[in-house]
Amino acid sequence: MQNKSYGLTLFTFLVYLFLLGPLILIAIASFEPSTVLKFPLTGFSLKWYKNVFEVGLFMSTFKTSVIVSLLGNFLALLLGVPAAYALSRGSFRGKNTLNAIFLSPVLIPGIVLGFTLLKFIIISLHIPIYAALLIGHTVIMLPFIIRVIGSSLSNFDFAIEEASLSLGSSRLATFFKVVLPNIRSGIIAAVLIAFLESFNNVDISIFMSGPGISTLPIQMLTYVQNYFDPTIAALSVMLMIFTAVIMFLIERLLGLSYFTKR
Amino acid sequence: MALLQLDNISVAYDQQYILKDFNLSLEKGQLLSLLGPSGCGKTTTLRLIAGFLDAKDGSFRFEGKDYTRTPINKRNFGLVFQSYALFPHLSVYENVAFGLRIRKVKDDEIRKRVMKMLEIVSLHGFEDRFPGALSGGQKQRVAIARALVIEPDLLLFDEPLSNLDANLRVNMRVEIRRIQQELGITTVYVSHDQEECFSISDKVAVMNKGVIEQLDHPSVIFKYPKTEFVGRFIGFNNFITFTERQADGDAVLLTVNGLPFRAKKVPGMSAGMKGAIRPDDLLAGTENEISEGPNVLDGTVKVSTYLGRSYQYIVETALGEFTVNKEMLSPFENGQRIRLLVPPEKLVLVD
Repeated sequence: MQNKSYGLTLFTFLVYLFLLGPLILIAIASFEPSTVLKFPLTGFSLKWYKNVFEVGLFMSTFKTSVIVSLLGNFLALLLGVPAAYALSRGSFRGKNTLNAIFLSPVLIPGIVLGFTLLKFIIISLHIPIYAALLIGHTVIMLPFIIRVIGSSLSNFDFAIEEASLSLGSSRLATFFKVVLPNIRSGIIAAVLIAFLESFNNVDISIFMSGPGISTLPIQMLTYVQNYFDPTIAALSVMLMIFTAVIMFLIERLLGLSYFTKR
Repeated sequence: MALLQLDNISVAYDQQYILKDFNLSLEKGQLLSLLGPSGCGKTTTLRLIAGFLDAKDGSFRFEGKDYTRTPINKRNFGLVFQSYALFPHLSVYENVAFGLRIRKVKDDEIRKRVMKMLEIVSLHGFEDRFPGALSGGQKQRVAIARALVIEPDLLLFDEPLSNLDANLRVNMRVEIRRIQQELGITTVYVSHDQEECFSISDKVAVMNKGVIEQLDHPSVIFKYPKTEFVGRFIGFNNFITFTERQADGDAVLLTVNGLPFRAKKVPGMSAGMKGAIRPDDLLAGTENEISEGPNVLDGTVKVSTYLGRSYQYIVETALGEFTVNKEMLSPFENGQRIRLLVPPEKLVLVD
């Protein structure tokens, strides 16, 4: 028993090392003072962190990323909340098919989806790139919104909706006064998860960027192609912290088990 | 005139009728129970009255007005659900106040009415709690208060006590009856529990397959079921199908396989050929205790079980198996020859 448990501990440690090792190396390398990523460090410097803020494109694409993620999130909520509600509440023909269609952006390889969106939205429909980027991000966020909110609706007792109606409330008022407050934590979680999904996205954004319009991950990709200094490492560390804060918020709000449950 | 009137109502899902040509009427101030096994249409009837279901045919009149197409939120009916259906995000006070806020009642008036209602359901001092911190019985009291505070024209209960444990169920049904009579509110109550329905109702409608088999005072149904279904549902386990029937003064003479039976005639008695009797009303004894004659059957004990107060026997006779309960010190043995006596006043004729 004792041996087995040592073995398990060792195994778990190795898995964590495998998962976190590269992240730790990057974090350490970001403090390298020379112009090339190196390990072990030849000194200690924070200049690359400063450099992140000095590269104008990082700042402008960060802004684009945040705006697209937030706006897309809002659009995905507008579409996703009613859709999740209809899928969990209604019983109609084609419900399963509809469910599958809504979730398909997760299943289709991002590169395929990105190329398809480029072909139809930008080339065929001549939609401006910024709008196309927004549409693309809305599409990839939608399944997360529907899934997470759907799971919180599945724990929702629809009898309380009937109670509200019987007390004289209209359907619309019931939705806002009774349904929404009871799935609030689900909505917050959906927004955060979808935000991360959109903010970190590369495969859709890469097709939806053009002159002067790009997202932060795409800009990072471009930067790495031209420079090999530790700026990217420094930026990565900042993004890791950013993501960790959001995950922490989700954990605090409802616990990560909320997503692994179903 | 009746307060509530359902005329030839039909409800169907996918071509399948749950209710067909269903009729029901209810007087003001009464408590009517719909009683029946699951799938008999009792909940459908309640949901139709509440407005959650649309009638395919027929009409629903309430206080003389046509309510058939009136939406739920315009009906002013109070509903109490099996799952309580309290708003989890609102305090007890706000749960009860919900309907009044929709009706734009002034705050101090709301306060007065909510507090009075919490007093009535014995939940004074609980107004700041949330539903998650209440027991099942307390939740159901909140649900009742919430339904009553809007001064509904009709109160509807959908198996309100099914989720409570046995003791609480008895207390709550007394409470429900007390509140209902105190406020004189017309009520429709759905349950599959016979005892529950009989104990609190002015009238009981026993339903089967979307039809009311019998609608009467509980005491009448209990003693004189009209149909075999009602009889079985309320514990008449023994049935005899007769082949001949004729009147004889205040008795009915019946025959089957040459065996003569008498039943006491009661007003409104069914013209059917089936006799029903409860296991408790059937008398059992040895051949020395019961002599041969009319209303007597010879039989053999097949199975014997101990019920605590009495023994229950399954007795094999020429007319099939009979179930009989008898209080005795030393039980009959399996295979023992015994006689069964059917008291004429306990033999009820059903359709």
